[in-house]
Amino acid sequence: MPAIQTTELVKRYKDVTAVDHMNLEIEKGELFALLGVNGAGKTTAIKMLSCLTSPTEGDALVGGFSVRKESDKVKRRIGVSPQETAVAPNLTAEENLALMCGIYGFSQEKTKEKIKALSAQFHLEDVSKRKAAKLSGGVMRRLSIAMALISEPEILFMDEPTLGLDVIARRDLWDMIESLKGRITIILTTHYMEEAYRLADRIGIMKSGKLLKVGAAEEMMRMSGADDFESAFISIVKEADV
Amino acid sequence: MKMMTFAKRNAKEILRDPINLGFGLGFPLALLFLLSAIQANIPAPLFEIDSLAPGVAVFSLSFVTLFSATLISKDRESALLQRLYTTPLTGMDFIIGYMLPVLPISLMQAGVCYLAAVPLGLHLSINVICAIIGMLPMALFNIALGLLCGSLLGVKQVGGVCGALLTNLSAWLSGVWFDLKLVGGAFEKIARFLPFIHAVEMEKALVRGEFALAGTHILPIIAYGVCALALAAMFFIRQMKKQ
Repeated sequence: MPAIQTTELVKRYKDVTAVDHMNLEIEKGELFALLGVNGAGKTTAIKMLSCLTSPTEGDALVGGFSVRKESDKVKRRIGVSPQETAVAPNLTAEENLALMCGIYGFSQEKTKEKIKALSAQFHLEDVSKRKAAKLSGGVMRRLSIAMALISEPEILFMDEPTLGLDVIARRDLWDMIESLKGRITIILTTHYMEEAYRLADRIGIMKSGKLLKVGAAEEMMRMSGADDFESAFISIVKEADV
Repeated sequence: MKMMTFAKRNAKEILRDPINLGFGLGFPLALLFLLSAIQANIPAPLFEIDSLAPGVAVFSLSFVTLFSATLISKDRESALLQRLYTTPLTGMDFIIGYMLPVLPISLMQAGVCYLAAVPLGLHLSINVICAIIGMLPMALFNIALGLLCGSLLGVKQVGGVCGALLTNLSAWLSGVWFDLKLVGGAFEKIARFLPFIHAVEMEKALVRGEFALAGTHILPIIAYGVCALALAAMFFIRQMKKQ
């Protein structure tokens, strides 16, 4: 059974079709990147898959459960790191992690274990007592991803995880995302070609709500006859008749 | 437990914000001391401490609306709520979790106002305790109003609507700063239709120990509280589904 399976998934906002009959399968343990220009429908697709918004048509099975009919079960299996850094600003880094533990009903003992493990994994020990609002952009983003992993999700959604970060913070975060590969299914949206190329097992390219191509970066380069992935992306997007 | 975790977080967010403490406690206390000083020099029945302290305590609740609305709209704009909507927290968990911690904060705020009025001449008695507890229905109305505004407005709009408009409206229409009879007409009728004046009159009556009179004011406050709560819950769930 795939981790995610969408069938003719559509989201319309009045006259605008944000996601247009998306059919996609993502395997367990895969790191899948959704790539596209602004307004391509990446964030809307993620929002439907994480039960933040209901599909207008079609359905998606996430962890084997329907986002339309079984959102409670889906929510138990996913973690979400939204586009904007979603942390509680006046809580310390440690308290932010504890907040998520409490929401998932963890015991005090498990909360302590989780905070210790995730703080070590995301290098948050030195800032654990600092208020989230005082953290740098890169550290705040690491905290945001750590919070998404508290519930030990089968599937992690990351919406533009490195947006607005400097090159060092971006590289640090890439290393951390790579360290998660294979253990959980990751779906990330990004604008950065290099990010998708380096991190993703497979890439889906979207334009105007349509999923144009799905495949490995090398496969896309070969099919479009481009020397680099950015050229392949431009060629696929420009040639698409949507 | 998950709702209580969320409620604790909200309490921390409010109490750790120095602007909240400044406005919520500092400003009402400054008003209390300033108007008492004026009263000492130019006596006016309206600013006698038995009237002034209940008035300031009710007025300070408009800042509670501001705290709640700001917290919710900030959470919406920062995408924290978006993250939390993907967790097992339910709509009711959010609504109760936002409202619950603000209730004791409101009562503490009223308590501080009344305690500060004691050295200014307020007689400390069981009536004052009753007056503090009597703030509950009006506090509920103000908190629900905060939830409503936070669900509908952005942070900047909340500053304008709750920070400026609501604080002024509650001041003018509560009869704290001037006797409504001096204006009379439609203004007085509108003021008597709204809950602010009833809350002040009820608090004054409680401080004086006139419990029967206080009882005549409680119904409109409860009615407004229930309506505000129903609207707040409806709009909060609506914006939650819109996500």
